[in-house]
Amino acid sequence: MISLAGRDILHSWSKYVFTGVGLGLLIGVTLSMAGIYRGMVDDAQVLLRNSGADIWVVQQETLGPYAEPSSLRDDVYRSVLGLPGVADAANVTYLNMQIRHDERDVRVMAVGFEPGQPGEPPFLSAGRHIARNHYEVVADARTGFRLGERIRIRRQDHTVVGLTRRMVSSSGDPMVFLPLKDAQEAQFLKDNDAIVNERARTAANPALNRPGVPGLLDAIQASQTTSRSANAVLVRVASGWDSEQVAEGIRRWKHLEAFTRVQMEEILVSKLIETSARQIGTFLVILAIVSAAIVSFIIYTMTLGKIRELAVLKLIGTRNRTIAGMILQESLGLGLIGFVIGKTVATLWAPYFPKYVLLLPGDAIRGLVAVMLVCALASLVAIRAALKVDPATAIGG
Amino acid sequence: MNTPKPRALILIALGLLMLGGFIFLMLRSGPLAPVRVTTATVVSAVLENSVFGVGVVEAERSYAIGPTIASRVQRVLVDVGDSVKAGQLLAEMDPVDLDERVAASQAAIARARHAVDVARAQLRDAEVRQDLAARNARRYASLGEQAFFSDAAVESKQQESQSALAVSSAARAQLEAARLDLERLGAERAAVEKLRANVRLHAPVAGVVTARDAEPGTTLVAGQSVLRMVDPTSVRIRTRIDQGRAGAIRNGQEALVVLRSRPGTPVPGKVARIEFNSDAVTEERIVQVGFDHLPGDFSLGELAEVTIATTRSEGVLAVPNAALHRQGDASGVWRVEDGTIRFVPVQLGETALDGRVVVLAGLREGERIVVHSERELRAEDSIKVVESLDGKQR
Repeated sequence: MISLAGRDILHSWSKYVFTGVGLGLLIGVTLSMAGIYRGMVDDAQVLLRNSGADIWVVQQETLGPYAEPSSLRDDVYRSVLGLPGVADAANVTYLNMQIRHDERDVRVMAVGFEPGQPGEPPFLSAGRHIARNHYEVVADARTGFRLGERIRIRRQDHTVVGLTRRMVSSSGDPMVFLPLKDAQEAQFLKDNDAIVNERARTAANPALNRPGVPGLLDAIQASQTTSRSANAVLVRVASGWDSEQVAEGIRRWKHLEAFTRVQMEEILVSKLIETSARQIGTFLVILAIVSAAIVSFIIYTMTLGKIRELAVLKLIGTRNRTIAGMILQESLGLGLIGFVIGKTVATLWAPYFPKYVLLLPGDAIRGLVAVMLVCALASLVAIRAALKVDPATAIGG
Repeated sequence: MNTPKPRALILIALGLLMLGGFIFLMLRSGPLAPVRVTTATVVSAVLENSVFGVGVVEAERSYAIGPTIASRVQRVLVDVGDSVKAGQLLAEMDPVDLDERVAASQAAIARARHAVDVARAQLRDAEVRQDLAARNARRYASLGEQAFFSDAAVESKQQESQSALAVSSAARAQLEAARLDLERLGAERAAVEKLRANVRLHAPVAGVVTARDAEPGTTLVAGQSVLRMVDPTSVRIRTRIDQGRAGAIRNGQEALVVLRSRPGTPVPGKVARIEFNSDAVTEERIVQVGFDHLPGDFSLGELAEVTIATTRSEGVLAVPNAALHRQGDASGVWRVEDGTIRFVPVQLGETALDGRVVVLAGLREGERIVVHSERELRAEDSIKVVESLDGKQR
């Protein structure tokens, strides 16, 4: 028994393959779009995963530290640490900033953390963790920083001692991890001009610069340049305790807001990135529909292109089932080639996207099923057209 | 119909090749791919432990020199940067009327001295009178016994003699009073002179003037300073060291100081004192580090990075801190076992500044552990050991 589909494909294989490649590129774009959407959600989740925390303690009445600004005094962690069920509690700061590097600005999220505590990068791809409590940083490889390089954050030079990967903020900016005290200075200490101006302003205030009270002015000026705040306290819950239970204790007795991981994910995924994710999602749906339409049209026109041959087949008494099978096989083959090409190009070009593209195997399988389904459906239309062909067209025209 | 046969074979071969390539690509990249890692062998090593802190150059002994009473600055004799000797006159406050009060008390003393002389002369006169009166009285008494004089005359002479005695003791007392007056005035003058001396501001020790806070004409209250000076031999770096790492610091340990103004040249120093009070708010211990040789140009208040060499441990098992991971409540490392990985909890000791951590228990020498990885490892991951993870990114 000879394969009609195989014969037909071989007859004009280059046309068939190129159509498949074209379709593949389209499927590749669709898969990438799905990857971009997944990457966006993953960016939000990786932020939570990498912080290693079970509970985020933030300023009361805020959705901090990622969705809203939050500011806490940095000794709050001590009182949190004393609560039952808390295994670790540590201050962290988050600050979006630009760091100058090789004549260009890199947008990063500077994370201040305490070594060995929640908030530390969980793994490194090069170098080492921070060993000094000043002037060392671990950076995400996407920043482009190299090991041993010195980068300037506000007024201090920091040495890059370690590199890590996939440490991004919810908006996809790579993270730079620096010791908490440096990060506090970077975030809360004013620049030199502002400090000098503020001193002059205070000195000009007669209520604060009183001749009869020596030392008052100095004391006030010293109190103006403090950097004793943090954005959140990350809490690791002791094994055997329920996060929600511990969080409830913090809310009730410490008068602070506490979010468990589930709540934080809810805030990040459904509040912070909601619109942009929906935007991508909508585009993905449109792209999928367009791809399906294009596949259908390609197969339909392919069938219409061989109307005469089909009429001949009918004339020589080929059964309808054989003709339908041929069109279906060709269509599914086209889909398969398209999927393989699409998945390949999507995998190959994914690393070159500026933001993370996450290609899940589950998505690929779903994509394959969808492509096959669309091809099968599209072939139905083509089959219907083929079966309606009048065998007489083969001889008459 | 023989011609399509080789073409079909070629096409099938191409198709298979593509499919193979596709499967290979799926297995080498993406979530199914093995995680590329770098590994290290656990070796026994020598660990030079040190701690790092940031400090400020300060003079431990600094002096604020100013008046003890509210007054106006008259002159300032030194400027910022001048070296001064102990006891050198640095500035003088306006004495207002103090000089006149010294002169007045001098005049009063001279007058009192004369008053003493007068009293002394009066005493002499009284004594002479008393002597004469006593003799007259004796004479009248003996002649009165022979009835040459009446009793009344004798008694009158006796009364005269008694009066003269009383007058002379009054004169003695007056002299004593005049003398005491002189003493009081002398003490008063000393007091005014001391006040006068007090408006002159002298250097308490040899040192360097660091600030000139007031110029002539400025009125200051007690407690404000005209000049500030420091003792340069007491210059220290007040270093703040994280309490969590300060446990091994001892007096006399070697330290390397990098002044912010000269980042390339570390200056040797030593731990001079570990302060008893640590900073409760910043959770830092305060350690005073002295320079071995005072650098020529430094400024007080300058930031300095201090690395103190603390302990040295030999023959300990050390692993890079990048190898440490947390799983639940335990810290541990991923041990490589025949191409698979297993999480081994370890007990950790000190951390050196080069990023190595002492492993007290949980690992044996010669075992291989994962150091760097492309992503966070899970127990079911397969790994591919590479030299370094630089460059390629998934």
